[in-house]
Amino acid sequence: MLEYANLFIKSIFIENMIFAYFLGMCSYLAVSKTVKTAVGLGFAVIFVLTITVPLNFLIDQYVLQPGALKWIGPQYAEINLSFLSFIMFIAVIASMVQLVEMIVEKFSPALYGALGIFLPLIAVNCAILGGSLFMQIKDFSGITESAIYGFGSGIGWLLAIVGVAAIREKIAYSNVPAPLRGLGITFIITGLMAIGFMSFMGIDL
Amino acid sequence: MIKNKKNNNPLILFLSKTSEPLFSKKNKALLSDPMDDNNPITVQVLGVCSALAITVQLKAAIVMTVSVIAVMAASNVIVSLLRDLIPNRIRIIVQLVVVASMVILVDQVLRAYAYDVSKELSIFIGLIITNCIVMGRLEAFALGNGVWRSFLDGVGNAAAYGFILILVAFVRELFGSGNLLGYQIIPDSFYEMGYENNGFMLLSPMALIIVGVIIWIQRSRNRKLIEKG
Repeated sequence: MLEYANLFIKSIFIENMIFAYFLGMCSYLAVSKTVKTAVGLGFAVIFVLTITVPLNFLIDQYVLQPGALKWIGPQYAEINLSFLSFIMFIAVIASMVQLVEMIVEKFSPALYGALGIFLPLIAVNCAILGGSLFMQIKDFSGITESAIYGFGSGIGWLLAIVGVAAIREKIAYSNVPAPLRGLGITFIITGLMAIGFMSFMGIDL
Repeated sequence: MIKNKKNNNPLILFLSKTSEPLFSKKNKALLSDPMDDNNPITVQVLGVCSALAITVQLKAAIVMTVSVIAVMAASNVIVSLLRDLIPNRIRIIVQLVVVASMVILVDQVLRAYAYDVSKELSIFIGLIITNCIVMGRLEAFALGNGVWRSFLDGVGNAAAYGFILILVAFVRELFGSGNLLGYQIIPDSFYEMGYENNGFMLLSPMALIIVGVIIWIQRSRNRKLIEKG
């Protein structure tokens, strides 16, 4: 139980998707103008990461890894399909996003109204594919671990985008040098926030 | 499907090009525009993720640039060839599949010929698939333009992306570890006089701040890019 909690905290703070690996920067910069939209996109990312990371874990474990096809029969034990992982992962992500969009629309129109426009954006968000690729590198031992990792990374992403959106709302009232306005100052703010998050780095969990 | 299309397409390609030389002014602008006025990273804000994460060393940045140029040129050409065959509703998935297959090719080549660099780039080669710059240019350009123009647009944008990447990596490696491409640049006499490498340059926040400063410099030289608000 304790290692799950450690993994959870580690994926939120120490290995934060944005501040440590810069994943999902494109939508992070584009959608962080107001807190409200930032919260919507953040929750959509949590949602999709929590579903796709464990799903891709299963696919990696039972289809893609060297020798993963052993469960069909001993003659398949030699097959190594790992070169297919990029295309499999992105296909799973794109179809999951589509599926989630349809399910949410059917059963919870209110949630669809809140997340709806953001869901298609997410299929090409680096943070989602990055979560699956990191999962493959980290070699998790079970589906629970990968689900916790996906959930934690999503929360870290939400924290980052909501934080920067709040700062951007306030900075609209201050006198930023003209060439830095908008994009430039957002980069520098993110850099400073990343320095803050680096203080978590020494923590050994 | 792609092969068939390729076989009969050069005809159409050359017929339509008889009136226009291959490197006309308009086509040259496709290559040069992204370098400044329409830079993918500092103006269009596309492909930022990978631009930041792999700029600790110049070598990795150069390998990444070459990979992105290859992927973008190839996928722009393929999507442009297929642009009349792709149904509008499923175009995103078709584009993703095209890009993903190109990235797999690049990844396998890197693993075969430059294994240590490919280990260093770890997941970031795979992330070219979701690199917004590739999808963005496919959506905005290759879907509506001819093969040769799409090819130039792909090369131009990828090269401009690589230019920023190499610039950031140059600053970070030079000031962070005193090397360039692994060779020592800052002479020993400097260190004896008390100069020290700025280890902070090697950490991730500095990449963001350097890109911020590049944007600052670019916009103060080119004032029409300044955002209102």
